[in-house]
Amino acid sequence: MSTIPDRPPFRLSQLLLTWEVILCGLLVAVFVLNALATPWFLDVYNLADATYNFSEKAIIALPMALLILTREIDLSVGAMAALAALAVGMAAAAGLPVPVLVLVGLATGLACGMFNGLLVTQIGVPSIVITIGTMSLFRGVAQVTLGDQALTSFPPGFTTLGQSYLVKWPPLPLSFVLFLALAVAFTLFLHRTAAGRRLFAIGANPTAALFSGIDVARMRFWLFAASGLASGLAGTLLAARFGVVRPNAALGWELDVITMVIFGGVAIAGGAGSIPGVVLSVFVLGFATFGLALLNVSGIVITVLLGLLLIVSIAAPLVIRRLAGVRG
Amino acid sequence: MTWVLRHREMALALLIAAMVVAVATYAPAFAAPASLLGVLNDTAFLFMLAVGQTMVLLTRGIDLSVAANLALTGMLVALVGQYGPDLPGPVYLVLAAVIGAGLGLVIGGLIGGLGIPPIVVSLGALAIYRGLIVVIGGGDQVNASEMGAGFQAFPKVALFGLTSPVWIAVAIALAAQVFLTRSRTGRSLYAVGGNPVAARYCGVSVERIEVLVYVLSGAIAGICGYLWVARYGVAYSEIALGYELTVIAACVIGGVSIGGGVGTVPGALLGALFLGVVVNALPTMQVSPFWQMAVAGAVILGAVVLNARAEAQSGKLILPEARRT
Repeated sequence: MSTIPDRPPFRLSQLLLTWEVILCGLLVAVFVLNALATPWFLDVYNLADATYNFSEKAIIALPMALLILTREIDLSVGAMAALAALAVGMAAAAGLPVPVLVLVGLATGLACGMFNGLLVTQIGVPSIVITIGTMSLFRGVAQVTLGDQALTSFPPGFTTLGQSYLVKWPPLPLSFVLFLALAVAFTLFLHRTAAGRRLFAIGANPTAALFSGIDVARMRFWLFAASGLASGLAGTLLAARFGVVRPNAALGWELDVITMVIFGGVAIAGGAGSIPGVVLSVFVLGFATFGLALLNVSGIVITVLLGLLLIVSIAAPLVIRRLAGVRG
Repeated sequence: MTWVLRHREMALALLIAAMVVAVATYAPAFAAPASLLGVLNDTAFLFMLAVGQTMVLLTRGIDLSVAANLALTGMLVALVGQYGPDLPGPVYLVLAAVIGAGLGLVIGGLIGGLGIPPIVVSLGALAIYRGLIVVIGGGDQVNASEMGAGFQAFPKVALFGLTSPVWIAVAIALAAQVFLTRSRTGRSLYAVGGNPVAARYCGVSVERIEVLVYVLSGAIAGICGYLWVARYGVAYSEIALGYELTVIAACVIGGVSIGGGVGTVPGALLGALFLGVVVNALPTMQVSPFWQMAVAGAVILGAVVLNARAEAQSGKLILPEARRT
């Protein structure tokens, strides 16, 4: 009787073909190509400013990765961020102190996320449908409240949070530091705790996970709550960075965030993916975008390129596998 | 009464009728024939796109690129209209259907041929198509003054108070209804969505069906692209921005399942009509346009809850919880 080993035998070729390693290669390529193309790319302050453009979305990408991993999706993240930013703006207009402003933003996002979680777990309808509805609802509430107005009065202590570096050297903005800290926390949670392992089980087979004693509905609820909380944080940071809130803040973020997660190697069918992969994907997409912008490539062309990158990155492994004659 | 409630389409139709009566008692002008025909004219695009999306959803797919396809095809046709000779409207209609079908074939090929998840492909295609509009149009928009008279006249042609987009929607809906209920290929859409593995063992070419539905959805989006641009007299990159989610919402309200295999053309049409009535009723009730999105969101959630209740009672499927997993 042959024994089944606890781990598959180590093979270098398999290690080199993991998605995370390919992303590392892409990241190096992005840096080398950009550095060759413009002498300004490798400036530390330039790179620090580049992180402003993706850190807020990247913070939302972390819980989104967990959601997609468990076969769920949250399309309402941009609307939740906008609603949180709106709440912060109104609290600021009422003259509340800075710590309260942050709490208001986080609480708004958390409340929206828990509302999503409640609907998804209680109604039993795919989350893509529920969050299309709540996306419209949250964004609509922001529109009803603000109309065509904008909130612009923020205390200086609050905008400093979003506009100055938390660490002076190397220059690190608060949003980027928060993203890195949260990325470490999410990595430890997903890859080092029992609850994290359960998420993989739910994603691989929700029915089997339920019958093996995992409270699937409860985990789903808290994942949506986490998505709301992260969106609330992102909305708060957005308000602090711009110092102005309009109802169309964070419009279309959901698609950018989902692109970050899928490009990071999280399977849309659930059950596979890693947080380091998502972090690498955030860096590749973020710095590629920034480099192209430095080269005066227009934003819309960058959109086309990122769309192509998303499709090619998913198609390439499938084509290679098919050419190699392996059937999945 | 129980028969009515068991048929989702009937229940939805009654709900829409009740809504029209309720709005009309508040604002009698809403029930005027011209106003009601206006609702249909306004909702024509949603009717067509919902039918196309229904065919995609039936196969467990999703096409998030329809609105981008619409805008890109609209821009391409508008450029042809701007620089080419002024041709009669139906010529542009056919051209738009071909362009749209081509754009649909691209994503259908990636989904059916390579087996990439539909949400990933259509999400990427959405970004690419939107971007291409700016690249091809050079960042400019095509205005009404640059479009020919024949180009612009066609969507405004009316018969019995209904403009040509409504009649085209009727034709598309009838064709789709016959296709889905009376043809072997149409029935196999349900088979593919209900159980792809079983469909394959029954000799259905799942890949070919998948390519087909995205081509059809793309062709319909293309037709809408021409009609939209010609009706509103402008082509630019942000036409119908985010409309794909409204289309999916219409399908879901009409009882088309995101999980595949469940849904009908009449259901999708009623779902679209439901949203159309809501959107058109708000201004007549003196509600600020800023409320539109919030009300639409609340309505979608309400419809989803009711649908979920109806589905739970139907008892059509053995082991319903095993279906999705």
